[in-house]
Amino acid sequence: MNTETQPFQGSLTDNSPDRKGHFGIYGGSFIAETLMDPVSELQEAYERYRLDNEFIAEFEWELKNFVGRPNPLYHARRWSQELGGAQIWLKREDLNHTGAHKINNTVGQALLARRMGKKRIIAETGAGQHGVATATVCARWGMECIVYMGEEDIVRQAPNVFRMKLLGATVVPVTSGSRTLKDALNEAMRDWVGNVDDTFYIIGTAAGPHPYPTMVRDFNSVIGKEIREQSIEHTGRLPDAIIACVGGGSNAIGAFHPFLDDREVSLIGVEAGGDGLETGRHAAPLSTGKPGVLHGNRTYLMEDDAGQIIETHSVSAGLDYPGVGPEHAWLKDIGRVQYVAVTDREALDATHKCCRIEGIIPALESAHALAHAVKIAPALSKDKNIVVNLSGRGDKDINTLADIEGITL
Amino acid sequence: MTRIATCFAQAAGRKLLVPYITAGDPDLDTTLALMHTLVRAGADVIELGVPFSDPMADGPVIQAACERALKHRVTLTQVIDTVKRFRESNQDTAIVLMGYLNPVERLGYARFATLAREAGVDGVLTVDMPPEEAADLVDELRKNDLDSIFLLSPTTPDARLKQVCELATGYIYYVSLKGVTGAANLDTAEVAGKVTHIQSFTDIPVAVGFGIRDARSAAAISQTADAVIVGSALVALIGEHAGNPETMHSTLHDLVNGMRLAMDRSAGAAA
Ligand SMILES: Cc1ncc(COP(=O)(O)O)c(C=O)c1O
Repeated sequence: MNTETQPFQGSLTDNSPDRKGHFGIYGGSFIAETLMDPVSELQEAYERYRLDNEFIAEFEWELKNFVGRPNPLYHARRWSQELGGAQIWLKREDLNHTGAHKINNTVGQALLARRMGKKRIIAETGAGQHGVATATVCARWGMECIVYMGEEDIVRQAPNVFRMKLLGATVVPVTSGSRTLKDALNEAMRDWVGNVDDTFYIIGTAAGPHPYPTMVRDFNSVIGKEIREQSIEHTGRLPDAIIACVGGGSNAIGAFHPFLDDREVSLIGVEAGGDGLETGRHAAPLSTGKPGVLHGNRTYLMEDDAGQIIETHSVSAGLDYPGVGPEHAWLKDIGRVQYVAVTDREALDATHKCCRIEGIIPALESAHALAHAVKIAPALSKDKNIVVNLSGRGDKDINTLADIEGITL
Repeated sequence: MTRIATCFAQAAGRKLLVPYITAGDPDLDTTLALMHTLVRAGADVIELGVPFSDPMADGPVIQAACERALKHRVTLTQVIDTVKRFRESNQDTAIVLMGYLNPVERLGYARFATLAREAGVDGVLTVDMPPEEAADLVDELRKNDLDSIFLLSPTTPDARLKQVCELATGYIYYVSLKGVTGAANLDTAEVAGKVTHIQSFTDIPVAVGFGIRDARSAAAISQTADAVIVGSALVALIGEHAGNPETMHSTLHDLVNGMRLAMDRSAGAAA
């Protein structure tokens, strides 16, 4: 298998993925036979409705009136000044209903589920943001909602667990494997295998079997489309760089995709460096991993020499995942997007800075993107514009933050 | 003729019994000994599970077996090596490696296929690799005379069924229910109808697995299926008796042998 970097000619958005969901050698549908039929049913439904004007209009109506879009592209003036270099702009996904970008995708998939006549919704969640966003749309449209969540994450993200329950969802603790996001995904897949007739699986990131990586990307591309318009409105041109954190990669691909063919815009994905890449205790498959197959797609993975998936470490539950969406794997190989990692410590520092200087409590996930902006902004001239995708707000993380400081709430 | 084909050819009306155990649970030496026990109890083919950290298509019983095996880092190459040791004293029982794709990807398709053939493996089933993605691996397996076993399920439409039958060799594994391994909602009448339907598309033997847990269900399924696969029920016994090898072997033997006898009786009654 050739995984070497090759310069890529032509458009990066046409014919990508191919009909079977391949981005270069990545993506595809690696699932057990029982799921092949429901997945192809979903492929057909998505192919049909993504071009359906009525579907698109309803999706846009919900984004405006239920989610509260467009959210601002906000000039972080004080922080930019302090850093003394490039201007930092924050794309305020934290201001969406439910507090993160995740709702863009769950609204889209719920509308699709409704058209497909599915009444039972399942989802996996790590930080709980996707679980909350799923529980929210299920309440909104009166659908049954079951959310699988690793036992460890249930502890780390207690406020979100309670929010899901308030919204009427059933939260099922997952006790297998490492008890985090990857195991929740396994458990959701197992549920789906057993309930294919009436169940729609709303995957929360741009991974999984085709069409999920494409579908989740498309529903989140509203982020990049708004950045484009708002950047032109505020600065008269496209941004010089866009930075987003990468767990499974949904907020990042949503922000990047509308810019893939604008080669002058640098795109930077930030993975969770945990205790530091050199320690092995991190969640940065693109930075250190190898291509393999997990959760329905071929992509970069964190695995041992025998091909077993290894445990990941990150202060942020939403980035604590050993794989990454296949389009990112491809964009890395062809060199269109640069992938870097920042440590827990750097992300925590950026969190505190953002709170104190800008009056915004960022999600720990988003703080990884902020931390990288802090690193590169000072060396750039003041007329450069960097957009950081502030994928979510940090209210869910206050227990984690308090813990680190030895405070019990 | 491959060893799997020979097993079916020599069956002469008798239905094949295919037990599954997870390799390395509780350790590889025990696995090797259990393989011989399974043969003595009437196994024709053994499906040897390659443990994986994320067994998405497996229920809690086989998940737990994978975790037990991985606690001491059992690898795909060690599993292949166990087959080599088994072949030192058994040349007749066919061995199928069943698992997930990633360990095979990591080893490399060509190297995996060569090692497997040299060790005396006969067939390979990777649960999370549907035919659509399988061309490269099937190529390597063919070059090494290894059978490529694929799954069919209650949700497989006829168009795909034909496609799978064209690519599959050895036998077709019909997943008898919509669910993970070890699920309990087996409907034998419905399965019989499906098996007959599949047999109308292909001459490759049809084996049925998932949800078969005792002599009665094995006998019922064997009325139509060419082979009966039993996994979770055995793996549960291995887990339960991990501290007591003697009981482990005897309970496993009795369950498999009970299935064998019930299947033979029901074949006799039908004839
Ligand atoms: C606020 C926030 N940002 C980012 C992520 C990471 O997911 P993704 O990489 O799919 O955007 C999460 C996941 O839970 C999240 O809650």
